Amino acid sequence: MTPNFVGRLQTRIFVLAVIGVPVVLVLGFFLPVRTAPGASSSEIRADVWEAGLFTLLVVAVVGCVLWEPIYHGLQQYRWEKDWPTLFGLLTGINEGILAYLIVREIGPTPEFAKVEAGGFSLLFALVWLATWLWLNGPMRVVFIRWRFRGGRIV
Amino acid sequence: MVSDDTITIGGVDPTADAGTGPKGSGDLTDQLVDTDIWSDELVAGAGIPVVEAPLVTVGGGIGSFVLVDYLRIAGLDTSHVRSLGIQERPWQTYQYLTEVSQIPAAERLRSDSSGCPGNLWGFPSYALREAWREKTFAPLWNVLTEPILTDYWTPRAGTAFADMEREAGRIGYWDTVVKGQVRMVRRRHGGGYFTILTPPRGAAQTKRVAYRSRHVHLAVGYPGLRFLPDLQGYRQKHRDYRRVVNAYEPHEQVYEQLRRNPGIVVVRGGGIVASRVLQRLIDDRDRHGAQTTIIHLFRTYIDSSHGPSLFMRRKGADGWAFQGFNWPKGTWGGQLRDQLEKLEGDARKQLLGVMGGTNTPHRKLWINQLDRGRREGFYRVYIGEVQDVAPGPDNTVVTRIKQRDGSQVEVPADFIVDATGLEADIKEHRVLADVLDHSGAGRNVMGRLEVERNFEVRGTRSEPGRMFASGSATLGGPYAGVDSFLGLQYAALQITDELARLGFCRRIGVARSLSQWWRWARNRRV
Repeated sequence: MTPNFVGRLQTRIFVLAVIGVPVVLVLGFFLPVRTAPGASSSEIRADVWEAGLFTLLVVAVVGCVLWEPIYHGLQQYRWEKDWPTLFGLLTGINEGILAYLIVREIGPTPEFAKVEAGGFSLLFALVWLATWLWLNGPMRVVFIRWRFRGGRIV
Repeated sequence: MVSDDTITIGGVDPTADAGTGPKGSGDLTDQLVDTDIWSDELVAGAGIPVVEAPLVTVGGGIGSFVLVDYLRIAGLDTSHVRSLGIQERPWQTYQYLTEVSQIPAAERLRSDSSGCPGNLWGFPSYALREAWREKTFAPLWNVLTEPILTDYWTPRAGTAFADMEREAGRIGYWDTVVKGQVRMVRRRHGGGYFTILTPPRGAAQTKRVAYRSRHVHLAVGYPGLRFLPDLQGYRQKHRDYRRVVNAYEPHEQVYEQLRRNPGIVVVRGGGIVASRVLQRLIDDRDRHGAQTTIIHLFRTYIDSSHGPSLFMRRKGADGWAFQGFNWPKGTWGGQLRDQLEKLEGDARKQLLGVMGGTNTPHRKLWINQLDRGRREGFYRVYIGEVQDVAPGPDNTVVTRIKQRDGSQVEVPADFIVDATGLEADIKEHRVLADVLDHSGAGRNVMGRLEVERNFEVRGTRSEPGRMFASGSATLGGPYAGVDSFLGLQYAALQITDELARLGFCRRIGVARSLSQWWRWARNRRV
């Protein structure tokens, strides 16, 4: 990928909204995590949705404000001015860790402080992978100019 | 105009369609040649039959093919476009050039996995397709980890040809093809353009046919080969075309002879062609026992990272500058594209200069081969300026070099391979020279055809028509990667978007793109 800064922001927001949200919604039905002792599947689902959607919001905001500027800065040291595919995948690790800490700190309800690392990691990894596959795959079929405009959608 | 010793590509004689004829004979007249803007009467008066075609693309090569692909997907009917050229297949010249420069169909090009001339979306990419076809993870691992853990993955030449073949059939490209040599393109009184075609002998009643079109697209490729001046001088003076060869002309006799008898070959150039020639020479040593000594002549020797600033440093070693593709990746669609697009004149020239310069991709195979060559002594390097090339004793050719420290050295060899490039002055191409002389076109900062950001040729407007150009003839404009699959697609997209703005075809939006891609996937005709 060879993004420019505006493209990074647009792509991040788009993919979290259009891919991230549906994936979280679907995972609510399947994610094999225990969110509380004896929780029913509908309670788990609600928890997954609550945590998942809030995390998407955190990833969007923190990404635009902190991570993308860092990535863009690092990219300036590369001759090709590209952002290697591997980086796009591995940055899920640093973003996931920070997102986890933030979600536990500033989650809107007291339950957020008790979000389990295991379940969170699984949810985060699956959503990250889905968005990464989308960006490296079908995104260019939906928007044919996107890859020529540094990731800008509009 | 076209010099006698211009080497022709693919054996096509550019002078076959020269000349003018008496009025009314169906040939060009002196009056037509001398008049910049033609009226319908002037053309009719010469007896040249006129064929209507809303859009004509001149060249019939990959550039033309890619534009037709975009236009068809944008809803244009095949009857609305004509692709004029001499090639049997759009990739014919490209295939010829890659073969002689030592990239046969099974070897890999220097082109990104997502630059698929037969698929404008770039999905599924060539790496994905190769992984699927050959049931292997290797291409996927490569594109996942490039260029960090692996060198940039590139497709085999044959993959691109097969891709284009499939797409050509699917979009009805063959219905748009008209075989013949294009002589010139001129503006028309009242708007639009005339394109003069010289059909193959016997194919038409008259010597010339005129295509009257609203829009014209030029994608004529390279005018010809380019020789280093000293080698050009040697070949002309001594009429020796066997021992001093250009990598872009057939030169199999060099390898054959070296396989038969031990010999010395001098290779000049520091780009991908030189890399491929060196690989061929070393492969022949390894596989066929050729006792070849390779002397590599560098004029500029890059031995480390180089560049004007901390943020613009390109890797290099052992004489080579390393870069994944012929331009930095960000020039195709990233921040370097944005940067270049905004510049004009000297600023543009400067950025192009920094990003340009001869370079070759970093490939572990090549690095290892040359390391081995240095160790075992069959690969030697000289650095300096060539003073003179002359015949020597025992059927050799002697190159006299002034090295960096000022000392002179004479290098005798059995063969010299000029692997320095293909570019030639665009004036050596008949059609481009004519457009410069008669249709208002101008030169850009690198001496080639000046185009706008939407690839309209600056100065050639003939309302309501437009003249566009893409490919190598436009290098030096606001877009760097013009001479690549992805670059031709970028240009075609800009041109198609502009034509859609003019109401000539539809705009390829989300819905159209999705439905057309689905047709592509099922190999359904457009």
